[in-house]
Amino acid sequence: MVGESRLSKGLVILTFLLPSLIGLILFNIIPIISSAFMSFTDWDMLTNPKFVGFQNYYNVFFNENSIKSIVNTLKYVVGFTPLVICFGLMLAILLNIKITGLDVYRVIFFMPVVISWVVVSLIWIWLYSPDSGIINYLLSLIGINGPAWLQNEHTAMPAVIIASLWKDVGFAAVILLSGLQNIPDEYYESAEIDGANSIKKLFYITLPCLTPILFFLIVTSLITSFQVFDQVFIMTKGGPFGSTRTIVQEIYENAFQMGKVGFACAQAWLLVVIILVVTLVQNILQKRWVHYESK
Amino acid sequence: MSQNNNKRAKRILLHILLILLSVLFIFPFLWMFMGAFKNDVEVIKMPPTLLPSKFSFDNFRTISKLFPVGRFLLNSVFVAFSSTILQLLFCAMAAYVFAKIKFTGREVLFTLFLITMMVPRQLTMITLYRIFVNLHLQNSYLGLILPSTYNALGIFLMRQHIRTIPDSFAEAATVDGASHFKIFFKLILPLCKPALATVGILGFMESWNSFLWPLIITSSTELATLPLGLSKLQGRWTTAWNLLMAGNVISTIPILMVYLFAQKYFIKSLAHSGIKG
Repeated sequence: MVGESRLSKGLVILTFLLPSLIGLILFNIIPIISSAFMSFTDWDMLTNPKFVGFQNYYNVFFNENSIKSIVNTLKYVVGFTPLVICFGLMLAILLNIKITGLDVYRVIFFMPVVISWVVVSLIWIWLYSPDSGIINYLLSLIGINGPAWLQNEHTAMPAVIIASLWKDVGFAAVILLSGLQNIPDEYYESAEIDGANSIKKLFYITLPCLTPILFFLIVTSLITSFQVFDQVFIMTKGGPFGSTRTIVQEIYENAFQMGKVGFACAQAWLLVVIILVVTLVQNILQKRWVHYESK
Repeated sequence: MSQNNNKRAKRILLHILLILLSVLFIFPFLWMFMGAFKNDVEVIKMPPTLLPSKFSFDNFRTISKLFPVGRFLLNSVFVAFSSTILQLLFCAMAAYVFAKIKFTGREVLFTLFLITMMVPRQLTMITLYRIFVNLHLQNSYLGLILPSTYNALGIFLMRQHIRTIPDSFAEAATVDGASHFKIFFKLILPLCKPALATVGILGFMESWNSFLWPLIITSSTELATLPLGLSKLQGRWTTAWNLLMAGNVISTIPILMVYLFAQKYFIKSLAHSGIKG
């Protein structure tokens, strides 16, 4: 800009950036660096941290609760992510057929997305309740003796996954729907002239055109799935018998209840590394299956 | 003729399928609302009744006597609104600099901001809690609000938008002697409404629904926001469904109303953040 002194320009930049710079430094950079440092110490937040080398990282892989929480988190990720994308895709395809009332259906499917996890969890605990829940009542009508869902160590995780699907599938559907609506009609028209049926159109036009959005959705849902906490913490507190304790619950309890802050930091770093590796692998694999339109 | 009938049959079938799915999505909400008006006997009765035999507000009265639910609601409203407004202002300010003012190191700094987007909160929350304790921010509204005033995704989305505003606009204003502050508040912000709506909705939703950070940073019931208050309610009455559902209803109605009124913006914002993020 003309006629502006360097000093005043610098001052303007600093003023405008200051709040976000404070956020960047105080809420991100300092906590990241100090948690890296603390992960090598034994620390309870009250006394001075003691340097323990790689002990915490060793414990991450050899402490029974820690391993179990990693396995449980993986179970959630593996159960939830493919299903949310499959069901989301099915919903999106249904919603992409030009019919009246589309907006109403979309609003309904998206409703659980905006509600807090605590509310959703409380509703589902009741729905799942073995003696006063409606799910087992409905099952009993067709002669099935429903399990104790959240109180049974074999069904607790699937039950959490089902509730999570109910909450999040609308989000996946809306994102995929926006991708479907971007596919030019001409593609389908020319395919029809060539005599392609609906199945062929799905596999040769819809899915390939959708791969960039599918890729994005897979990456982001994997990242958020690894961080699963709210629903598990409210619905089961990690139980029964620790069958639903996830990494984030481990981190939370070790840091804020057990006074094992250094250990919690190491677990948090493990979570970061897992997420980074998974995302990097996705990025490498995408070259094999994601089609970007040539411009 | 027969092809037309065939098409119609298909359409009706599709509607039936979508209506069945809608029931699946609406039913838990409906069940929550009905449960909030049933009494403690009816709420666990088997076989269950859909409608309460008598619509009574007793549950709402009971929980507001036993728990400061009104306070939770006020806390949530205050925290969500102030976080969102501050976040919008701070993001827009930073985005303006990144979009319109050239300086050395700008891209490096911007990249640094973007990198923080990928850092999970679970990593920073532990030592951030400790920092906030040192600053005497634990158990305070500031402690609840401050972390959500920083949003790298918000800065990114706003910068994308501000970049589309032609430089000539700002240059013309500079010639007329307007300062950066004037340009920002009088020219840029009003042109940013769509981006502000997107970031605002995302920020409001996140703050309204946030659970883990309030759980960590507050310990007194006076400061609990609705999600945290509800979990405390659950701690006291594990299976008093009528009371829990009444609490749920109080917590859900505000966000559900905002959503239903502004659903187009909600869905667009989330889809947008999805594709751009």
